[in-house]
Amino acid sequence: MSTETTSDPGAFIAALPHARALGMRLDRLEPGTAEISMGYAPELVGDPATGVIHGGAVSALMDTCCGAAVMSLPEAAGTATIDLRIDYMRPATPGQRVRAEAQCYHVTRHVVFVRATARDDDAARPVATATGAFTIERAAHR
Amino acid sequence: MRQPPEPVQVVKQRRDAALAALVGGVPYIRFLGIGFDRRGDELTALMPFDDKLIGDPRLPAIHGGATSAFLEVTAIIELSWSILWEEMESGRLDPATLDPQNLPRLPRTIDFTVDYLRSGLPRDAYARARITRSGRRYASVQAEAWQDNRARPFAQAIGHFLMPGPDG
Repeated sequence: MSTETTSDPGAFIAALPHARALGMRLDRLEPGTAEISMGYAPELVGDPATGVIHGGAVSALMDTCCGAAVMSLPEAAGTATIDLRIDYMRPATPGQRVRAEAQCYHVTRHVVFVRATARDDDAARPVATATGAFTIERAAHR
Repeated sequence: MRQPPEPVQVVKQRRDAALAALVGGVPYIRFLGIGFDRRGDELTALMPFDDKLIGDPRLPAIHGGATSAFLEVTAIIELSWSILWEEMESGRLDPATLDPQNLPRLPRTIDFTVDYLRSGLPRDAYARARITRSGRRYASVQAEAWQDNRARPFAQAIGHFLMPGPDG
């Protein structure tokens, strides 16, 4: 990740091969907040009997979205995940897009605390929530 | 009179077929290229390096999401395998009837926490999971992933799972 990417939403995902491979799209980026979505695809399925996407794909979306929220901070020059916890509330409905929204809720000199929620079309009932701690590498001259 | 033990090839073939049915049926495991190596009932997951796993191309490093998915896949397969193993070895389940559309119900993840210890290098990754508690309804599983050096894991995880019940 680099600071250039924050000014061009399309380039942000393009710069992350794994996010691109999973078909992620950056929908919104504001300082401290990011929204990234991922379309339903057969290769993301974790349970062939139900067609529900794998929890791992949801974690990848959450991790990317939280990282993007950190990078959206004006002072951020780089970030890495320290830890991330995902709570899976319910299976995402097969065929629907999953949208994640992440917020940096506390920023310290070296660590950013981030929360995220993932939803499908039934936005009132979240699919998953996440909380994580991320490193922040600060730009030298700002 | 005791029955003579089964020929070793028959036993191996049955166990390998069951594992292949369990792993091969999941599209996302195939997408990530994850395979499993079996020694008796012990499983080691391997995720060969691939460009599509990269998160940060500057380093390059494996995407945290790919690492997390790798650990979660390892934990779920370990748990499913322990259920399948019991069923299979007791003779209650015939592995020949297993196929991707006809698998036992899989455990469902309740929560999963990953610690990223160091960045994932552009190399093959390995992982093992350990079931620390397996009850009728809930299970706790730890997993650890490493690359070149077994003693230097690059990520570890702990997860809680809802066990598949007879009522689904």
